[in-house]
Amino acid sequence: MGKKVIVLGEIRDGELRNVTFEAIAAGRTISGDGEVIGVLIGENVQSIAQELIHYGADKVLTAEDPKLKTYTADGYSQVMRGVIEQENPDSVIFGHTAMGKDLSPKLAARLQTGLISDAIDVSVTGGNVVFTRPIYSGKAFERVISTDPMIFATIRPNNIQASEKDTSRSGSIESIDVSLTDLRTVIQEVVKKTADGVDLSEAKIIVAGGRGVKSKEGFQPLQELAEVLGAAVGASRGACDADYCDYALQIGQTGKVVTPDLYIACGISGAIQHLAGMSNSKVIVAINKDPEADIFKIADYGIVGDLFEVVPLLTEEFKQLNIHS
Amino acid sequence: MNLFVLMKRTFDTEEKIVIETGKIQDDGAEWIINPYDEYAIEEAIQLKEKHGGTITAVTVGGEEAEKELRTALAMGCDQAVLINIEDDLEEPDQYSISQVLYHYMKDQEFDLILGGNVAIDGGSGQVAPRLAELLDIPCITTITKLEINGTDAEAERDVEGDVEKIKTTLPLLVTAQQGLNEPRYPSLPGIMKAKKKPLEELELDDLDLDEEDAEPKLKTIERFLPPKKEAGKLLQGEPAEQAKELVSLLRSEAKVI
Repeated sequence: MGKKVIVLGEIRDGELRNVTFEAIAAGRTISGDGEVIGVLIGENVQSIAQELIHYGADKVLTAEDPKLKTYTADGYSQVMRGVIEQENPDSVIFGHTAMGKDLSPKLAARLQTGLISDAIDVSVTGGNVVFTRPIYSGKAFERVISTDPMIFATIRPNNIQASEKDTSRSGSIESIDVSLTDLRTVIQEVVKKTADGVDLSEAKIIVAGGRGVKSKEGFQPLQELAEVLGAAVGASRGACDADYCDYALQIGQTGKVVTPDLYIACGISGAIQHLAGMSNSKVIVAINKDPEADIFKIADYGIVGDLFEVVPLLTEEFKQLNIHS
Repeated sequence: MNLFVLMKRTFDTEEKIVIETGKIQDDGAEWIINPYDEYAIEEAIQLKEKHGGTITAVTVGGEEAEKELRTALAMGCDQAVLINIEDDLEEPDQYSISQVLYHYMKDQEFDLILGGNVAIDGGSGQVAPRLAELLDIPCITTITKLEINGTDAEAERDVEGDVEKIKTTLPLLVTAQQGLNEPRYPSLPGIMKAKKKPLEELELDDLDLDEEDAEPKLKTIERFLPPKKEAGKLLQGEPAEQAKELVSLLRSEAKVI
Protein backbone atom coordinates (compact mmCIF):
# COMPACT_ATOMS: atom_id res chain seq x y z
CA MET A 1 0.00 0.00 0.00
CA GLY A 2 1.55 3.24 -1.12
CA LYS A 3 1.53 6.40 0.94
CA LYS A 4 -0.16 9.68 0.11
CA VAL A 5 2.41 12.47 0.26
CA ILE A 6 1.78 16.19 0.06
CA VAL A 7 4.61 18.42 -1.12
CA LEU A 8 4.40 22.16 -0.57
CA GLY A 9 5.89 23.89 -3.58
CA GLU A 10 7.77 27.12 -3.35
CA ILE A 11 7.81 29.95 -5.84
CA ARG A 12 10.40 32.67 -6.21
CA ASP A 13 10.19 35.43 -8.79
CA GLY A 14 7.40 33.61 -10.58
CA GLU A 15 9.32 30.35 -10.91
CA LEU A 16 9.34 27.12 -8.97
CA ARG A 17 12.45 26.74 -6.82
CA ASN A 18 14.68 23.72 -7.46
CA VAL A 19 14.11 22.46 -3.94
CA THR A 20 10.45 21.88 -4.86
CA PHE A 21 11.42 19.35 -7.54
CA GLU A 22 13.80 17.72 -5.06
CA ALA A 23 10.99 17.57 -2.50
CA ILE A 24 8.73 15.86 -5.04
CA ALA A 25 11.45 13.26 -5.63
CA ALA A 26 11.65 12.72 -1.87
CA GLY A 27 7.87 12.45 -1.86
CA ARG A 28 8.00 9.78 -4.54
CA THR A 29 10.45 7.75 -2.45
CA ILE A 30 8.20 8.01 0.58
CA SER A 31 5.02 7.28 -1.34
CA GLY A 32 6.23 4.02 -2.85
CA ASP A 33 3.47 3.28 -5.31
CA GLY A 34 1.16 5.82 -3.70
CA GLU A 35 0.25 9.37 -4.62
CA VAL A 36 2.26 12.58 -4.57
CA ILE A 37 0.23 15.77 -4.43
CA GLY A 38 1.84 19.13 -5.05
CA VAL A 39 0.46 22.24 -3.39
CA LEU A 40 1.02 25.74 -4.73
CA ILE A 41 0.00 28.80 -2.77
CA GLY A 42 0.11 32.40 -3.94
CA GLU A 43 -1.32 34.55 -6.68
CA ASN A 44 -1.53 33.37 -10.30
CA VAL A 45 0.09 30.02 -9.64
CA GLN A 46 -2.10 27.93 -11.96
CA SER A 47 0.20 28.50 -14.91
CA ILE A 48 3.22 26.88 -13.28
CA ALA A 49 1.34 24.04 -11.61
CA GLN A 50 1.89 21.78 -14.61
CA GLU A 51 5.62 21.75 -13.96
CA LEU A 52 5.07 19.92 -10.66
CA ILE A 53 3.41 17.11 -12.61
CA HIS A 54 6.32 17.01 -15.03
CA TYR A 55 8.68 16.51 -12.10
CA GLY A 56 6.69 13.69 -10.59
CA ALA A 57 3.56 14.93 -8.83
CA ASP A 58 0.33 13.05 -9.62
CA LYS A 59 -1.90 16.02 -8.98
CA VAL A 60 -1.57 19.65 -7.93
CA LEU A 61 -3.78 21.69 -5.64
CA THR A 62 -3.59 25.45 -6.05
CA ALA A 63 -4.68 28.08 -3.55
CA GLU A 64 -4.83 31.60 -4.94
CA ASP A 65 -5.63 34.82 -3.15
CA PRO A 66 -4.04 38.27 -3.11
CA LYS A 67 -3.46 37.81 0.63
CA LEU A 68 -1.32 34.75 -0.18
CA LYS A 69 0.98 36.51 -2.62
CA THR A 70 3.63 36.89 0.08
CA TYR A 71 4.22 34.11 2.56
CA THR A 72 2.73 34.54 6.01
CA ALA A 73 2.61 31.69 8.53
CA ASP A 74 -1.06 32.36 9.26
CA GLY A 75 -2.13 32.44 5.63
CA TYR A 76 -0.16 29.43 4.44
CA SER A 77 -0.92 27.46 7.58
CA GLN A 78 -4.65 27.94 7.05
CA VAL A 79 -4.39 26.69 3.49
CA MET A 80 -2.24 23.69 4.44
CA ARG A 81 -4.58 22.72 7.26
CA GLY A 82 -7.45 22.76 4.77
CA VAL A 83 -5.48 20.63 2.32
CA ILE A 84 -4.49 18.15 5.02
CA GLU A 85 -8.08 17.87 6.18
CA GLN A 86 -9.28 17.33 2.65
CA GLU A 87 -6.63 14.83 1.57
CA ASN A 88 -5.78 13.04 4.82
CA PRO A 89 -2.15 12.40 3.80
CA ASP A 90 0.43 10.11 5.36
CA SER A 91 3.21 12.60 4.88
CA VAL A 92 3.85 16.30 4.23
CA ILE A 93 7.17 17.44 2.77
CA PHE A 94 8.62 20.96 2.64
CA GLY A 95 11.87 22.46 1.41
CA HIS A 96 14.17 23.46 4.28
CA THR A 97 14.01 27.07 3.20
CA ALA A 98 13.10 30.24 5.08
CA MET A 99 9.46 29.48 4.37
CA GLY A 100 9.73 25.77 5.16
CA LYS A 101 11.61 26.41 8.40
CA ASP A 102 9.03 28.92 9.52
CA LEU A 103 5.88 27.04 8.53
CA SER A 104 6.64 23.37 9.14
CA PRO A 105 7.10 23.50 12.94
CA LYS A 106 3.96 25.58 13.36
CA LEU A 107 1.94 23.12 11.31
CA ALA A 108 3.50 20.13 13.08
CA ALA A 109 2.64 21.62 16.47
CA ARG A 110 -0.92 22.33 15.40
CA LEU A 111 -1.35 18.75 14.17
CA GLN A 112 0.68 17.26 17.05
CA THR A 113 3.08 15.45 14.75
CA GLY A 114 6.81 14.95 14.74
CA LEU A 115 8.92 16.84 12.21
CA ILE A 116 12.23 15.80 10.71
CA SER A 117 14.08 18.95 9.68
CA ASP A 118 16.86 19.42 7.15
CA ALA A 119 17.00 15.91 5.69
CA ILE A 120 19.78 15.32 3.17
CA ASP A 121 18.58 11.85 2.25
CA VAL A 122 15.39 9.79 2.36
CA SER A 123 15.19 6.05 1.91
CA VAL A 124 12.82 3.24 2.67
CA THR A 125 14.45 0.43 4.65
CA GLY A 126 12.70 -2.45 6.31
CA GLY A 127 9.32 -0.81 6.10
CA ASN A 128 10.56 2.43 7.64
CA VAL A 129 11.05 5.77 5.94
CA VAL A 130 14.53 6.73 7.12
CA PHE A 131 15.76 10.31 6.98
CA THR A 132 19.42 11.26 7.24
CA ARG A 133 20.18 14.68 8.64
CA PRO A 134 23.20 16.65 9.82
CA ILE A 135 23.72 17.48 13.50
CA TYR A 136 26.34 19.74 15.09
CA SER A 137 26.39 21.72 11.84
CA GLY A 138 27.42 18.67 9.85
CA LYS A 139 30.17 17.46 12.19
CA ALA A 140 28.00 14.35 12.55
CA PHE A 141 24.85 12.83 11.09
CA GLU A 142 21.84 10.96 12.39
CA ARG A 143 19.26 8.69 10.83
CA VAL A 144 15.77 9.32 12.09
CA ILE A 145 12.38 7.66 11.72
CA SER A 146 8.94 8.78 12.74
CA THR A 147 7.32 6.55 15.35
CA ASP A 148 4.03 8.19 14.49
CA PRO A 149 2.23 7.21 11.27
CA MET A 150 2.28 10.86 10.12
CA ILE A 151 5.59 11.89 8.56
CA PHE A 152 6.42 15.59 8.33
CA ALA A 153 9.83 16.52 6.98
CA THR A 154 11.83 19.32 5.41
CA ILE A 155 14.57 18.57 2.92
CA ARG A 156 17.79 20.50 2.50
CA PRO A 157 18.18 22.06 -0.96
CA ASN A 158 20.71 20.56 -3.36
CA ASN A 159 21.03 17.18 -1.68
CA ILE A 160 18.25 14.99 -2.97
CA GLN A 161 18.21 14.43 -6.70
CA ALA A 162 15.14 15.71 -8.51
CA SER A 163 13.66 13.35 -11.11
CA GLU A 164 14.18 14.07 -14.79
CA LYS A 165 11.57 16.43 -16.15
CA ASP A 166 9.00 14.44 -18.14
CA THR A 167 6.66 16.66 -20.12
CA SER A 168 4.59 13.66 -21.16
CA ARG A 169 3.39 13.21 -17.58
CA SER A 170 -0.15 14.33 -16.94
CA GLY A 171 -2.20 14.89 -13.84
CA SER A 172 -5.05 16.99 -12.57
CA ILE A 173 -4.71 20.55 -11.35
CA GLU A 174 -7.45 21.56 -8.93
CA SER A 175 -8.00 24.83 -7.21
CA ILE A 176 -8.88 24.91 -3.53
CA ASP A 177 -11.33 27.33 -2.03
CA VAL A 178 -9.59 29.79 0.19
CA SER A 179 -11.29 31.74 2.93
CA LEU A 180 -8.71 33.31 5.15
CA THR A 181 -9.33 34.66 8.60
CA ASP A 182 -7.32 37.65 9.75
CA LEU A 183 -3.59 37.35 9.43
CA ARG A 184 -1.86 38.31 12.65
CA THR A 185 1.31 39.49 10.98
CA VAL A 186 1.45 42.05 8.22
CA ILE A 187 4.36 42.27 5.82
CA GLN A 188 4.98 45.94 5.24
CA GLU A 189 7.93 45.72 2.93
CA VAL A 190 10.44 43.30 1.50
CA VAL A 191 13.83 44.75 0.82
CA LYS A 192 15.64 42.55 -1.66
CA LYS A 193 19.23 42.51 -0.50
CA THR A 194 20.77 40.52 -3.27
CA ALA A 195 19.96 42.24 -6.56
CA ASP A 196 20.85 39.14 -8.50
CA GLY A 197 23.19 36.40 -7.48
CA VAL A 198 22.66 32.82 -6.56
CA ASP A 199 21.21 31.70 -3.25
CA LEU A 200 23.93 30.22 -1.01
CA SER A 201 21.83 27.32 0.24
CA GLU A 202 20.92 26.20 -3.28
CA ALA A 203 24.17 27.03 -5.03
CA LYS A 204 25.96 24.24 -6.82
CA ILE A 205 29.19 26.24 -6.80
CA ILE A 206 30.34 28.63 -4.07
CA VAL A 207 33.31 30.98 -4.09
CA ALA A 208 34.08 32.00 -0.51
CA GLY A 209 36.42 34.58 0.98
CA GLY A 210 38.08 34.71 4.36
CA ARG A 211 40.26 37.18 6.23
CA GLY A 212 42.79 36.81 3.44
CA VAL A 213 40.51 38.92 1.29
CA LYS A 214 41.66 41.85 3.43
CA SER A 215 38.91 44.37 2.53
CA LYS A 216 35.45 44.91 1.02
CA GLU A 217 37.11 45.58 -2.32
CA GLY A 218 39.04 42.34 -1.90
CA PHE A 219 35.82 40.47 -2.66
CA GLN A 220 35.75 41.93 -6.17
CA PRO A 221 37.90 39.22 -7.82
CA LEU A 222 35.80 36.58 -6.04
CA GLN A 223 32.60 38.19 -7.33
CA GLU A 224 34.00 38.09 -10.85
CA LEU A 225 34.95 34.43 -10.56
CA ALA A 226 31.52 33.66 -9.14
CA GLU A 227 29.83 35.44 -12.03
CA VAL A 228 31.71 33.45 -14.65
CA LEU A 229 30.88 30.20 -12.83
CA GLY A 230 27.26 31.06 -12.03
CA ALA A 231 28.28 30.64 -8.42
CA ALA A 232 27.18 32.14 -5.12
CA VAL A 233 29.59 34.14 -3.00
CA GLY A 234 30.13 33.16 0.62
CA ALA A 235 32.45 34.15 3.43
CA SER A 236 34.02 32.95 6.62
CA ARG A 237 33.03 34.51 9.92
CA GLY A 238 36.42 36.22 10.03
CA ALA A 239 35.66 38.17 6.87
CA CYS A 240 32.20 39.15 8.15
CA ASP A 241 33.46 40.19 11.59
CA ALA A 242 36.12 42.33 9.87
CA ASP A 243 33.30 43.96 7.92
CA TYR A 244 34.56 42.87 4.51
CA CYS A 245 31.08 41.63 3.72
CA ASP A 246 27.59 41.19 5.07
CA TYR A 247 26.77 38.46 7.60
CA ALA A 248 24.30 37.06 5.08
CA LEU A 249 27.33 35.53 3.34
CA GLN A 250 28.64 33.76 6.41
CA ILE A 251 29.22 30.04 6.10
CA GLY A 252 29.99 28.09 9.21
CA GLN A 253 28.69 26.68 12.44
CA THR A 254 26.95 29.93 13.32
CA GLY A 255 26.17 30.86 9.74
CA LYS A 256 24.91 28.88 6.80
CA VAL A 257 25.74 25.22 6.34
CA VAL A 258 26.19 24.49 2.64
CA THR A 259 26.68 21.38 0.53
CA PRO A 260 27.57 22.56 -2.97
CA ASP A 261 29.19 20.46 -5.66
CA LEU A 262 32.21 22.77 -5.65
CA TYR A 263 33.51 25.03 -2.88
CA ILE A 264 36.39 27.38 -3.65
CA ALA A 265 37.86 28.76 -0.40
CA CYS A 266 39.98 31.87 -0.94
CA GLY A 267 42.08 33.22 1.92
CA ILE A 268 40.22 31.04 4.42
CA SER A 269 42.37 29.36 7.08
CA GLY A 270 39.92 26.57 7.85
CA ALA A 271 38.87 27.01 11.47
CA ILE A 272 36.77 24.12 12.76
CA GLN A 273 33.68 26.34 12.91
CA HIS A 274 34.02 27.21 9.22
CA LEU A 275 34.70 23.61 8.21
CA ALA A 276 31.50 22.59 9.94
CA GLY A 277 29.65 24.78 7.48
CA MET A 278 31.19 23.44 4.26
CA SER A 279 33.19 20.26 4.77
CA ASN A 280 30.46 18.15 3.19
CA SER A 281 30.86 19.95 -0.12
CA LYS A 282 31.54 17.42 -2.86
CA VAL A 283 34.76 19.03 -4.08
CA ILE A 284 36.80 21.57 -2.13
CA VAL A 285 39.44 23.87 -3.59
CA ALA A 286 41.62 25.94 -1.26
CA ILE A 287 43.71 28.95 -2.17
CA ASN A 288 45.81 30.33 0.66
CA LYS A 289 49.21 31.92 1.17
CA ASP A 290 49.88 29.79 4.23
CA PRO A 291 50.88 26.20 3.41
CA GLU A 292 50.08 25.22 7.02
CA ALA A 293 46.50 26.45 6.84
CA ASP A 294 44.04 23.82 8.13
CA ILE A 295 41.89 24.23 5.04
CA PHE A 296 44.46 22.26 3.04
CA LYS A 297 43.82 19.22 5.25
CA ILE A 298 40.36 18.83 3.78
CA ALA A 299 40.75 20.36 0.35
CA ASP A 300 40.67 18.09 -2.67
CA TYR A 301 42.82 20.55 -4.58
CA GLY A 302 45.05 23.17 -3.00
CA ILE A 303 47.00 26.08 -4.33
CA VAL A 304 49.49 27.73 -2.00
CA GLY A 305 49.55 31.25 -3.33
CA ASP A 306 48.19 34.76 -3.33
CA LEU A 307 44.46 34.72 -4.05
CA PHE A 308 44.74 38.12 -5.72
CA GLU A 309 47.02 36.51 -8.29
CA VAL A 310 45.38 33.13 -8.58
CA VAL A 311 41.67 34.02 -8.59
CA PRO A 312 41.81 36.39 -11.60
CA LEU A 313 43.82 33.73 -13.46
CA LEU A 314 41.13 31.17 -12.69
CA THR A 315 38.47 33.58 -13.88
CA GLU A 316 40.32 33.95 -17.18
CA GLU A 317 40.69 30.19 -17.61
CA PHE A 318 36.98 29.60 -16.93
CA LYS A 319 36.03 32.45 -19.27
CA GLN A 320 37.92 30.70 -22.02
CA LEU A 321 35.90 27.56 -21.38
CA ASN A 322 32.77 29.62 -21.99
CA ILE A 323 30.90 28.54 -18.89
CA HIS A 324 27.35 29.83 -18.82
CA SER A 325 25.75 31.05 -15.57
CA MET B 1 7.32 44.09 30.14
CA ASN B 2 7.16 40.45 31.11
CA LEU B 3 9.97 38.94 29.07
CA PHE B 4 10.85 35.27 28.80
CA VAL B 5 13.94 33.92 27.09
CA LEU B 6 14.19 30.33 25.92
CA MET B 7 17.72 29.01 26.00
CA LYS B 8 19.69 25.81 25.91
CA ARG B 9 23.28 24.80 26.36
CA THR B 10 25.29 23.31 23.52
CA PHE B 11 28.83 22.09 22.95
CA ASP B 12 31.38 24.81 22.43
CA THR B 13 32.00 25.31 18.72
CA GLU B 14 35.57 24.01 19.04
CA GLU B 15 34.36 20.58 20.19
CA LYS B 16 35.05 17.55 18.03
CA ILE B 17 32.17 15.07 18.03
CA VAL B 18 32.80 11.60 19.41
CA ILE B 19 30.26 8.83 18.95
CA GLU B 20 30.36 5.69 21.08
CA THR B 21 27.68 3.01 21.31
CA GLY B 22 25.55 5.13 19.02
CA LYS B 23 25.53 8.09 21.38
CA ILE B 24 27.29 11.44 21.35
CA GLN B 25 29.94 11.44 24.09
CA ASP B 26 30.13 14.53 26.27
CA ASP B 27 32.80 13.67 28.87
CA GLY B 28 35.07 16.62 29.29
CA ALA B 29 33.15 18.68 26.77
CA GLU B 30 33.03 22.46 27.05
CA TRP B 31 29.50 23.85 27.08
CA ILE B 32 28.19 27.26 26.14
CA ILE B 33 24.84 28.97 25.80
CA ASN B 34 23.64 28.26 22.27
CA PRO B 35 25.03 31.28 20.38
CA TYR B 36 21.66 32.16 18.86
CA ASP B 37 20.06 32.14 22.32
CA GLU B 38 22.64 34.71 23.40
CA TYR B 39 21.16 37.14 20.88
CA ALA B 40 17.77 36.50 22.47
CA ILE B 41 19.11 37.15 25.97
CA GLU B 42 20.83 40.36 24.87
CA GLU B 43 17.70 41.59 23.12
CA ALA B 44 15.62 40.95 26.22
CA ILE B 45 18.10 42.91 28.34
CA GLN B 46 18.02 45.83 25.91
CA LEU B 47 14.22 45.80 25.88
CA LYS B 48 14.16 45.81 29.66
CA GLU B 49 16.59 48.74 29.69
CA LYS B 50 14.20 50.59 27.41
CA HIS B 51 10.77 49.55 28.70
CA GLY B 52 11.38 48.17 32.18
CA GLY B 53 10.09 44.81 33.34
CA THR B 54 11.40 41.38 34.26
CA ILE B 55 13.35 38.81 32.32
CA THR B 56 12.97 35.11 33.07
CA ALA B 57 15.46 32.75 31.42
CA VAL B 58 14.02 29.27 30.89
CA THR B 59 15.78 26.09 29.94
CA VAL B 60 14.77 22.47 29.58
CA GLY B 61 17.54 20.02 30.37
CA GLY B 62 19.49 18.41 33.16
CA GLU B 63 21.07 19.51 36.42
CA GLU B 64 24.19 20.93 34.79
CA ALA B 65 22.18 23.41 32.75
CA GLU B 66 22.12 25.55 35.90
CA LYS B 67 25.56 26.80 34.94
CA GLU B 68 24.37 28.33 31.69
CA LEU B 69 21.32 29.79 33.43
CA ARG B 70 23.65 31.56 35.88
CA THR B 71 25.50 33.00 32.89
CA ALA B 72 22.21 34.35 31.55
CA LEU B 73 21.52 35.84 34.97
CA ALA B 74 25.00 37.33 35.00
CA MET B 75 24.35 38.95 31.62
CA GLY B 76 21.27 40.62 33.06
CA CYS B 77 18.28 38.29 33.32
CA ASP B 78 16.38 38.64 36.60
CA GLN B 79 15.40 35.07 37.34
CA ALA B 80 15.79 31.64 35.87
CA VAL B 81 13.83 28.43 35.57
CA LEU B 82 15.34 25.02 34.98
CA ILE B 83 12.84 22.41 33.89
CA ASN B 84 14.71 19.23 34.69
CA ILE B 85 13.57 16.36 32.48
CA GLU B 86 16.60 14.13 33.01
CA ASP B 87 14.71 11.50 34.98
CA ASP B 88 11.50 11.65 32.98
CA LEU B 89 12.30 11.95 29.29
CA GLU B 90 15.15 9.89 27.90
CA GLU B 91 15.40 10.99 24.30
CA PRO B 92 12.98 13.88 23.91
CA ASP B 93 12.39 15.32 20.47
CA GLN B 94 11.20 18.78 19.50
CA TYR B 95 7.60 17.75 20.11
CA SER B 96 8.51 16.68 23.66
CA ILE B 97 10.44 19.84 24.53
CA SER B 98 7.76 22.13 23.16
CA GLN B 99 5.12 20.27 25.18
CA VAL B 100 7.20 20.76 28.32
CA LEU B 101 7.68 24.46 27.62
CA TYR B 102 4.02 24.89 26.78
CA HIS B 103 2.89 23.38 30.05
CA TYR B 104 5.16 25.85 31.85
CA MET B 105 4.45 28.97 29.77
CA LYS B 106 0.68 28.59 29.67
CA ASP B 107 0.55 29.53 33.34
CA GLN B 108 2.86 32.53 33.00
CA GLU B 109 2.05 36.16 32.28
CA PHE B 110 4.14 37.15 29.31
CA ASP B 111 4.32 39.94 26.74
CA LEU B 112 7.22 38.65 24.71
CA ILE B 113 9.07 35.35 24.44
CA LEU B 114 12.47 35.35 22.77
CA GLY B 115 14.65 32.46 21.64
CA GLY B 116 17.46 31.73 19.25
CA ASN B 117 16.25 30.75 15.78
CA VAL B 118 18.19 27.49 15.81
CA ALA B 119 20.46 25.48 18.09
CA ILE B 120 23.87 24.67 16.70
CA ASP B 121 23.66 21.06 17.89
CA GLY B 122 20.18 19.91 16.86
CA GLY B 123 19.93 22.31 13.95
CA SER B 124 16.18 22.01 13.43
CA GLY B 125 14.91 25.34 14.81
CA GLN B 126 11.52 23.87 15.69
CA VAL B 127 10.94 24.29 19.40
CA ALA B 128 10.23 28.03 19.55
CA PRO B 129 7.77 28.16 16.62
CA ARG B 130 6.05 25.05 17.99
CA LEU B 131 5.66 26.73 21.36
CA ALA B 132 4.15 29.82 19.78
CA GLU B 133 1.60 27.70 17.96
CA LEU B 134 0.66 25.84 21.15
CA LEU B 135 0.27 29.16 22.96
CA ASP B 136 -1.68 30.49 19.98
CA ILE B 137 0.46 33.59 19.63
CA PRO B 138 2.13 34.96 16.50
CA CYS B 139 5.74 33.99 15.91
CA ILE B 140 8.36 35.82 13.87
CA THR B 141 11.50 33.83 13.17
CA THR B 142 15.03 34.96 12.29
CA ILE B 143 14.62 38.59 13.39
CA THR B 144 17.42 41.06 12.89
CA LYS B 145 15.66 44.01 14.48
CA LEU B 146 12.79 44.48 16.93
CA GLU B 147 10.91 47.50 18.17
CA ILE B 148 8.12 47.49 20.70
CA ASN B 149 5.64 50.34 21.06
CA GLY B 150 3.03 49.58 23.67
CA THR B 151 1.45 46.41 22.30
CA ASP B 152 2.67 46.99 18.74
CA ALA B 153 5.72 45.15 17.51
CA GLU B 154 7.72 45.91 14.39
CA ALA B 155 10.42 43.52 13.33
CA GLU B 156 12.85 43.03 10.51
CA ARG B 157 13.67 39.51 9.59
CA ASP B 158 16.24 37.81 7.45
CA VAL B 159 14.68 35.79 4.65
CA GLU B 160 17.57 34.19 2.79
CA GLY B 161 19.31 37.53 2.37
CA ASP B 162 16.21 39.66 1.83
CA VAL B 163 14.95 41.82 4.68
CA GLU B 164 11.27 41.56 5.51
CA LYS B 165 9.64 44.34 7.54
CA ILE B 166 6.78 42.92 9.48
CA LYS B 167 4.23 44.28 11.91
CA THR B 168 2.24 42.50 14.56
CA THR B 169 1.05 42.78 18.16
CA LEU B 170 1.93 41.41 21.58
CA PRO B 171 1.90 38.83 23.02
CA LEU B 172 4.48 37.53 20.59
CA LEU B 173 7.30 35.04 20.21
CA VAL B 174 10.40 35.94 18.22
CA THR B 175 13.53 33.99 17.32
CA ALA B 176 16.87 35.68 16.87
CA GLN B 177 19.11 35.65 13.83
CA GLN B 178 22.75 36.67 13.75
CA GLY B 179 23.03 40.42 13.44
CA LEU B 180 20.19 41.19 15.86
CA ASN B 181 22.64 42.61 18.38
CA GLU B 182 26.04 42.03 19.97
CA PRO B 183 25.63 39.95 23.12
CA ARG B 184 27.47 41.42 26.11
CA TYR B 185 29.96 39.52 28.18
CA PRO B 186 28.84 39.02 31.77
CA SER B 187 30.57 41.56 33.98
CA LEU B 188 32.24 40.57 37.24
CA PRO B 189 29.59 42.37 39.34
CA GLY B 190 27.00 40.65 37.13
CA ILE B 191 28.48 37.25 37.88
CA MET B 192 28.44 37.97 41.61
CA LYS B 193 24.82 39.18 41.54
CA ALA B 194 23.80 36.14 39.51
CA LYS B 195 24.63 33.81 42.39
CA LYS B 196 21.84 35.37 44.44
CA LYS B 197 19.21 35.73 41.72
CA PRO B 198 16.27 33.31 41.97
CA LEU B 199 16.71 30.03 40.08
CA GLU B 200 13.74 27.69 40.26
CA GLU B 201 13.97 24.02 39.39
CA LEU B 202 10.86 22.23 38.17
CA GLU B 203 10.09 18.73 36.98
CA LEU B 204 7.29 17.30 34.86
CA ASP B 205 5.19 16.63 37.97
CA ASP B 206 5.27 20.34 38.80
CA LEU B 207 3.91 21.11 35.35
CA ASP B 208 1.06 18.66 35.58
CA LEU B 209 2.42 16.90 32.54
CA ASP B 210 2.46 13.15 32.12
CA GLU B 211 5.49 11.54 30.50
CA GLU B 212 3.17 9.92 27.98
CA ASP B 213 1.97 13.31 26.77
CA ALA B 214 5.52 14.42 26.06
CA GLU B 215 6.74 11.24 24.41
CA PRO B 216 8.79 11.88 21.31
CA LYS B 217 7.35 11.23 17.86
CA LEU B 218 10.76 10.66 16.33
CA LYS B 219 13.47 8.11 17.00
CA THR B 220 17.13 8.33 16.10
CA ILE B 221 18.23 4.93 14.90
CA GLU B 222 21.82 5.73 14.06
CA ARG B 223 24.45 8.41 14.57
CA PHE B 224 27.67 8.53 12.58
CA LEU B 225 30.59 10.73 11.66
CA PRO B 226 31.18 11.78 8.06
CA PRO B 227 33.97 9.91 6.27
CA LYS B 228 37.27 11.52 7.15
CA LYS B 229 38.33 13.82 4.35
CA GLU B 230 41.76 13.01 3.04
CA ALA B 231 44.17 15.79 2.14
CA GLY B 232 44.10 16.18 -1.62
CA LYS B 233 46.44 17.42 -4.32
CA LEU B 234 48.64 20.45 -3.83
CA LEU B 235 49.12 21.95 -7.27
CA GLN B 236 52.62 22.98 -8.27
CA GLY B 237 54.17 25.57 -10.53
CA GLU B 238 53.58 29.22 -11.28
CA PRO B 239 50.12 30.68 -10.55
CA ALA B 240 49.23 30.60 -14.25
CA GLU B 241 50.11 26.92 -14.46
CA GLN B 242 48.29 26.14 -11.22
CA ALA B 243 45.16 27.86 -12.50
CA LYS B 244 45.26 25.94 -15.78
CA GLU B 245 45.80 22.62 -14.04
CA LEU B 246 43.02 23.28 -11.54
CA VAL B 247 40.48 24.06 -14.24
CA SER B 248 41.48 20.94 -16.13
CA LEU B 249 41.20 18.76 -13.01
CA LEU B 250 37.83 20.23 -12.06
CA ARG B 251 36.55 19.32 -15.48
CA SER B 252 38.11 15.95 -16.14
CA GLU B 253 38.77 14.46 -12.72
CA ALA B 254 36.32 16.04 -10.30
CA LYS B 255 33.75 16.59 -13.04
CA VAL B 256 32.12 19.52 -11.29
CA ILE B 257 32.45 22.01 -14.14
